[in-house]
Amino acid sequence: MLHWWVWPLDGWIIAAGVLCALSCALLGNFMVLRRMSMMGDAISHAVLPGIAIAFIITSSRDPLAMLAGATVVGVLTAVLTQGLARLGRVEESAAMGVVFTSLFALGLILIRKATDDHVDLDPACVLYGNIETVWINRISLGFITIPRIVLVLGAMFIVNAAFVGLFYKELKITSFDPELATTLGINANVMHYLLMTLVAATTVASFEAVGSILVVAMLIVPPAAAHLLTDRLGTMILLSLAIGALAGISGHVAAVEVPGWFGYRSTSTAGMMAAMTGLIFGGVILFAPRHGIISKLVHRAALSIRIIAEDLLAMLYRVEESAGRGAAVPAGQLRLALDEPRALVALALRWLRQRGELAPGALGYSLTEPGRRRAHGILRSHRLWESYLVREAAVCLGQSHALATRLEHVTDSSMQQRLGDTAPNDGLDPHGRQIPRQ
Amino acid sequence: VSGGLSMTELPFWPRPAEVWQVLTLADYNTRVVILGTACLGLAAGMIGTFMLLRRRALLGDALSHATLPGIALAFMVMVSLGGAGKNLPGLLLGATITGLLGVGCILVIRSFTRLKEDAALGIVLSVFFGLGVAALAIVQQMDTGSAAGLESFIYGKTASMLRSDALVMAGCAILVAVVCALLFKELMLICFDQGFAGTQGWPVGMLDLLLMALVTLVTVVGLQAVGLILVLAMLIIPPAAARFWTDRLSSMFIISAAIGALSGMIGAGASALFQRLPAGAVIVLVAAGFFTISMLLGSARGVLGRVWRRHALERSIARQNLLRSAYELVEDDPAGPIPADALLGRRSWSAGQLAGCLRRAESRGLLRRTGQGIFFTPAGLEEARRVVRNHRLWEIYLIRYADVAPSQVDHGADLIEHILGHDLVAELQAALESNDHLPASPHALPPKGVS
Repeated sequence: MLHWWVWPLDGWIIAAGVLCALSCALLGNFMVLRRMSMMGDAISHAVLPGIAIAFIITSSRDPLAMLAGATVVGVLTAVLTQGLARLGRVEESAAMGVVFTSLFALGLILIRKATDDHVDLDPACVLYGNIETVWINRISLGFITIPRIVLVLGAMFIVNAAFVGLFYKELKITSFDPELATTLGINANVMHYLLMTLVAATTVASFEAVGSILVVAMLIVPPAAAHLLTDRLGTMILLSLAIGALAGISGHVAAVEVPGWFGYRSTSTAGMMAAMTGLIFGGVILFAPRHGIISKLVHRAALSIRIIAEDLLAMLYRVEESAGRGAAVPAGQLRLALDEPRALVALALRWLRQRGELAPGALGYSLTEPGRRRAHGILRSHRLWESYLVREAAVCLGQSHALATRLEHVTDSSMQQRLGDTAPNDGLDPHGRQIPRQ
Repeated sequence: VSGGLSMTELPFWPRPAEVWQVLTLADYNTRVVILGTACLGLAAGMIGTFMLLRRRALLGDALSHATLPGIALAFMVMVSLGGAGKNLPGLLLGATITGLLGVGCILVIRSFTRLKEDAALGIVLSVFFGLGVAALAIVQQMDTGSAAGLESFIYGKTASMLRSDALVMAGCAILVAVVCALLFKELMLICFDQGFAGTQGWPVGMLDLLLMALVTLVTVVGLQAVGLILVLAMLIIPPAAARFWTDRLSSMFIISAAIGALSGMIGAGASALFQRLPAGAVIVLVAAGFFTISMLLGSARGVLGRVWRRHALERSIARQNLLRSAYELVEDDPAGPIPADALLGRRSWSAGQLAGCLRRAESRGLLRRTGQGIFFTPAGLEEARRVVRNHRLWEIYLIRYADVAPSQVDHGADLIEHILGHDLVAELQAALESNDHLPASPHALPPKGVS
């Protein structure tokens, strides 16, 4: 259904959306790392009175006045929040809530006042933006005519990029370790307020495009997603820029195309951009290689299976100790003795059979020679630990078994070697059982 | 359009007759609105207390923003099923569902990833709101039934509240009050020591869920009155204000509920008078006014009280320092004149500070100034002996039991002498086997001349 597309218009909308996403994502990385994401939310709500006052004073939609007014109120939000938290000893997040809701309420009243004075200002326009009207205000640069929003957002992106580029080291240190930064002579407070000032300015520059609340999506979500994908700050910033740009493009495409599937015309690009950042974040949270939910669950399951498998081997080894070599135990009894989820035990059994450490027989499972060797090592770790815990660490006999059961799975050969050096001469564990020899 | 025209013709300031009408609740609509918002403020103030103490204050923000897609989607579903879109219970059900979904997402992000609470709140808040904005834009294109009313959930529509809305708010307030009263002890426990509550066998998870459910209820009910952005203010400002007045949860709970209810009543009353002002915003500003007053004047943690208490403590310390220095100068002959110029060298005070101290001690009747110089009054002498005695008892204690060198004890005793209570002095006395007399200084006093 691409026939609805009008390239000059849609191209500029996408350009505005992408520039907005890039400017926000640059700063958002540091908001997320400083655990100040909600400060972005607070500032973006609180700029409303600043915009309204600028409207009332200048009686026009002069962008520079709005930028100035809103930036002042945005920084004021940060100052007031800190002030309330220190002076009134209010918890910081509660102080933030008090400050920004009050300022937002004030803003609504001022905007009503402004509309009474016949200045055309719609709170809805401030809240959700109006990226679709990008083409109405344009500025001619001689050879090319550019929409004003695109120009403003482009300038904002350059300013933010310069800020991050110039103060990269300072931002990094103050984000991760403010105390170290102070001892190195970097004023963490100055960096904090510089960042807050730019967040406020970016919020205002973006509000025509995506509105003051959806700025939060652009600020927080791409960096949060990038944070789950990497452990390096530089990579995180680049990834957040890529995710922001992707959300900007796909947001507009989705805004035009998705409603068409249900027989409607296009919907709000800003809303869809926020929704797309959410979709990307959802994908990342599920599939991220190290910090994603699925990979975490898989790792956890793999660890459980390995531990269950080792427990199975050790159990069969103990059976052999009393019933003689080659003793077999039916699968049902193994399952009963382990008290672990059935599915995990079945997977562990299959894994052991594949590795050739267990052999199924008519009477049940029995150890093969490689399995016996591995079980021997596990049992040796277990009994060495018990002996060490009781003799050296003053753990009582009743508790040593449970502790050793956990430790045996994480004991490598060098640790076993060191435990072996402390082993008693008679080669018996505290329960009087033989510690398997090396 | 005609409504807008008549609005602009209204004068800004109300006539006295209108003020009287609002104050006496004579007008039926005003009565409904004021009582409805009062009930909402009551409910939000009560439940907000627990949220604030659990440091979950901003959860309400994410929750309320997350209700927007629910409202829009419920409208679409109801229209596509052939019903009227603006069925209030249906819309509120939709709001509840996505609100709870939002809270669920926050919990998932917080507990399964390395992102912290703040990022989880910001993500849920903005993404859900974005979905809501996108869905609202589609709703506005639907032919069936105008969707104009849906906007009112964002800013609230207090003025057009119906009797049924007010009854819902009253029911909500009663429910919250009953649950809080029945489970007050348990909720208090999870506010202050969740780990202890768990080890005592309380179902912490269930209590947490119950709290969330109540917050969701209040938020959804409050959407209509103050709108989804400002409903957070009703949950956060009254308890934050109440915190300044007391250190007891039960008092804080009651004060917070009262501030919430009063903000609702005054705000709704004011917006009935100034009809062109958005009512939700007025209610929030009234609450913010209560907060400011509480922060300044609050009896337990108010700023002015704290500043005053510190000032009074500093004054009393300075007075005691003056009395001790003066007494040590005239210890041999307490009835004699105090050499004022020698006093200046005894402590690190400026001449102006010393003069102020002397003047205040004089006006309290501790010292008197005559032609021959400055003398202790009997009351002043008794107080000076008490202070010096506390100082020396502590010094002797430090020397005898803490093995501090006699030349070093003066500074430590100087800090502590002002806050020794009767019991501690009695204990010191018993430990040192001292009688009621003033012991001699265990170390050499500085020379008495002008330094």
